[in-house]
Amino acid sequence: MARFTVNGKALEVDVNPSTPLLWAIREQVGLTGTKYGCGVAQCGACTVHLDGAAVRSCVMPVAAAEGKQITTIEGLAAGGTLHKVQQAWLEYQVPQCGFCQSGMIMAVAALLKDKPKPTDADIDAGITNICRCGTFQQVREAIHAAAKA
Amino acid sequence: MIAKTPKFDRRSFIVGTAAVGGGLVLGLNIPFGPIGGSVVRAQDGSPEITAWVVIRPDDTVVIRVARSEMGQGTLTGLAQMVAEELECDWSKVTTEYPTPGQSVARKRVWGDFSTGGSRGIRESHQYVRQGGATARTMLVQAAADAWKVPAAECSAANSVITHQPSGRTTTYGKVAEAAAKLTPPANVPLKDPKDWKLIGKPVKRLDTMDKLTGAQVYGMDLKLPGMLNAAIKDCPVFGGKVKSFEAAKVTGMPGVRHVVKVGDSGVAVVADTWWQAKTALDALPIVWDEGQHAKVSSAQIADMLKAGLTADQAFVANKNGDVSAAIAGAAKKVEAVYAYPFQNHAPMEVMNATARYTPERCEVWVPTQNGEAAFAATLAASGLPADKCEVYKIHLGGGFGRRGAFHDYVTQAVLIAKQVPGTPVKMIWSREEDMLHGRYHPVTQCKLVGAFDANNNLTGLHMRISGQSILAAVRPEALQDGRDPATFQGLNPTGEFAFGYSVPNLLIDHAMRNTHVPPGFWRGVNINQNAIYVECFMDELAQAVGQDPLEFRRKLMSKHPKHLAVLNAVADRAGWGKPAPQGVYRGLAQMMAFNSYVAACAEISVSGGDKVKVHRIVCATDPGYAVNPAQIERQIAGSFVYGLSALFMEECTVKDGRIEQENFHTYDSMRIAQMPKVESIIMPSGGFWGGVGEPTICVAAPAVLNAFFAATGKRLRTIPLKQHGITMV
Repeated sequence: MARFTVNGKALEVDVNPSTPLLWAIREQVGLTGTKYGCGVAQCGACTVHLDGAAVRSCVMPVAAAEGKQITTIEGLAAGGTLHKVQQAWLEYQVPQCGFCQSGMIMAVAALLKDKPKPTDADIDAGITNICRCGTFQQVREAIHAAAKA
Repeated sequence: MIAKTPKFDRRSFIVGTAAVGGGLVLGLNIPFGPIGGSVVRAQDGSPEITAWVVIRPDDTVVIRVARSEMGQGTLTGLAQMVAEELECDWSKVTTEYPTPGQSVARKRVWGDFSTGGSRGIRESHQYVRQGGATARTMLVQAAADAWKVPAAECSAANSVITHQPSGRTTTYGKVAEAAAKLTPPANVPLKDPKDWKLIGKPVKRLDTMDKLTGAQVYGMDLKLPGMLNAAIKDCPVFGGKVKSFEAAKVTGMPGVRHVVKVGDSGVAVVADTWWQAKTALDALPIVWDEGQHAKVSSAQIADMLKAGLTADQAFVANKNGDVSAAIAGAAKKVEAVYAYPFQNHAPMEVMNATARYTPERCEVWVPTQNGEAAFAATLAASGLPADKCEVYKIHLGGGFGRRGAFHDYVTQAVLIAKQVPGTPVKMIWSREEDMLHGRYHPVTQCKLVGAFDANNNLTGLHMRISGQSILAAVRPEALQDGRDPATFQGLNPTGEFAFGYSVPNLLIDHAMRNTHVPPGFWRGVNINQNAIYVECFMDELAQAVGQDPLEFRRKLMSKHPKHLAVLNAVADRAGWGKPAPQGVYRGLAQMMAFNSYVAACAEISVSGGDKVKVHRIVCATDPGYAVNPAQIERQIAGSFVYGLSALFMEECTVKDGRIEQENFHTYDSMRIAQMPKVESIIMPSGGFWGGVGEPTICVAAPAVLNAFFAATGKRLRTIPLKQHGITMV
C-alpha cells in the first residue's frame, strides 16, 4: 500500500512498494499520459513532478513517493486552462508523434519554475529528454515563448 | 454536369440491400461512394457523401484518412487536400481512420493504407482530392435539386452553398442526406494548383491538443474492460527457438495469470498489470535453442561484406561507358572504402499490440504504419477469415519504418490472445526487447574508385556496394532476377531516386551479402548510406584534384538541373565561398530521393580534435508541391535529429548472434543541447509530387562528414563517429 496525492487527489494504492512510480501511475491510478520509454531514466518520457520537482518516475519506487504531491501531465492544466508551456507548445506546434511530449512538457514546466527566463545554456543543461521525431528546434522556441508569457 | 439519380434503381437496390443485410457494404465497385439510394453511414449515422467525406447535420466534416499519423503530419496534409476540393469550412474538419476490415470489404475503396516511403501524400493526392471534389459536386447538386435550379447556378465555399441569382444559401449539413443518395459523378475536374487556397498553407495540425494534455491514447495506453497485460521475450538470437521454461517458478507471483509459449521462439507472461507481467517474466527461467547463428559476430559479418567489395558477381544499377578501361587508363586514381552499420529505429513508443480472440472473431488494436498489413497478420495468426477479423489503428508513438512492413508484434499479440480466449490482452515490449528485436538498418560497405584524365577531368567512377538487401529478406517477390532495386536508391539513371551526376564511364553495382540479422526499412532506407558513399567521395575526388567541392559537383551536374538547384540554394544561403565565422567549417551534400531533391550545407567546429559542434545546417528541398510548409519545416528539422543521431551515436553490434545494445545508454540519441540551428529552404518547382518525411535525413551525415574533413583534414569513412572517439557537443 502506498499513499500519495496525484493532481490534488489523495490516493491509496495497493501495490508492491518496489513498483516504479511510473507503473503505479499508469496501472493503479489509471493515468496514461505519463509514458514508458526506456525504464532506465534515459529518455525522460516518464517525467512527473514530485513535490514540484521533475523526476523520472520509471526508476523511482513507489515507496519513495509516500506522502508526496505528484503532478502528472493530466494535472498540469489548472482548472481547464492550459499551462503556459502547453499554450506555447500549441502556438509553436511542437509535437510530432507526441509520445515524448508529456515528459518534455513536464520537464520544461519544472525548468521554468526554477529559471523563469532560461538562457539557451539553461535549456541545454536542464532539458535532456529524448525526442526521436526531433522536435528540439520548436521545443527551444516554445520554451523562450513560454518564458515571455 | 451531374447525372441525376433515379430514386429507385432495381439493380443497385438489390446489391445494396443484400450487402447491408450482411453487415458490410459488398459488391459496390464505385470508387467514390455508393450507388444511388443505398446510403453508407458512419457509425454515428451520419451519411457518407463519398468514401472520403462524411457530413454531420451540425456541418461537421469528417475526413477519412487511410494513411497513419506517426508524427509526420500526414493526417493534416491529407485532410487539407480533401478539404481544398470540398470547399468546406476548415474549422469544422475532423478526421477518422477507416478500418482495414471495412477497406477489404469495400474493395479497397480507400486505396493503399501503407504509410512509408514518404508516400502518404505523393501517392494519394489525386484520389483524395477527387474524393473531395466529387463530394462537393454532389452537395451542390443536392442543394440545386431542392431549390429546383440548375447546379451550374450554384457555388460552394466554406461549407455554404449559394444560389447566385437569388442569393439563397444552405449548408453542407442540411443537404448531406440528399447528397448521399445521388450517384457520384465521374471525373469531376480538379482545381489548377494556382487556385489552391488551403493546399500550400501552413495550417496548424489537427492532432496537437490531445498530445499536450496526456489525453492522446497511444497503443500502450489502451484500456479495455477485463483486459490483461502481457510481457514477452523472444529468443535473443535471431532464428532461435524456445527450448524450455519453468512456468511453475513464477505462476505464484503477484498478478500472474498465465505463462504461455508464443510461436516457436517466444515466451509471454500474462498478468493483471504489465509491471507484474514483466517482473515475473524477468524471474522466469527460459532455456533457448539459439540455433545455427549463435556464434555470429560483427567482425564475421564485416569480413563477409569486405569479400563482396571485390567479388566477380554483382547486380548492376547504373552503367554507361567502360569504367574498367577508364580506370586502367587513368592519369590519376582515387580509391576509398566506406561502411554503414546496423541501426535500430528506436521509436519512443516500444512495440505493442492488443488483441481479443474468440473462435468467432479476432480484433486487434495497434499503432501501425500499414493497417492492411496488420490485418493480414491478424488473419494469419488467428486462422480466421477476413470477415471475422478487424484491426483498429491507433496513432503511433513513432514509426520510422519499424511499424510498416513488419507486424511481428501483432502476430505475437494474437498468438497470446488465442491462449486466453475472450479476454483482451495488451502486449507491450520492454525497451530491451525492442532493441534486441528490431528490423535493422541494413549493413553495407562500399568501395569507390574514381579515374581522372591528365587534365583532371573525372572520366570514370565505379561504386561497388556490398551488403544486405532489404527486399531479399522482406519481399523476395520484388527482387528482379535476384537483384534488389531498392539497394540503389539515389543511384539510378532516372526515376524517383535518380543519380545527380553525369560521368562518362560509370558503374554502380551491388554484391548482395545477407546476414541472419533481419534488415528493415529505416527512415530514409538505402539513401542514408548511399548519400554518405557518393557525397563524401565527391569531396574526396574534388580534393584529389585541388578543386572546390561545389565547383567540382557543378561541372558534373549540368544535366541535372533540379539536383543542382537545391545545391545552389544551400550554397547561396550558407555563404559558400565566403569566409565562415572563426573556427567554423562547411560541408555540402545533395541527393534525390522519394521523388524530392534535397541538399544541405553544414557548419561545424571541432575542438580538441574530437568534439564536434554542429552550429547550423542550411537545407533545401524541392518536393514538387509543398502542401503544408510548416510541417515540411518540422520534418526537415527532425530529419537532422534522426540523421545526426545515426551519424554520431547509433550502431547495433552483433555478438554471439544477438544485438549487444539494450537501451538508450548504449544506443544513444541526440538531445536538445546538440541540436543545430536548421534553416529550411522549401522550393517547390511544381509538376511532380515528392516525399518529405525521409529524403532530408540522408544529407545530414555527408554534409557534416565533409565539414569535418574541411576542419581537420581527416576523412572518416565509417560510422557512427563514436567508434572514432568523436562526440557531438
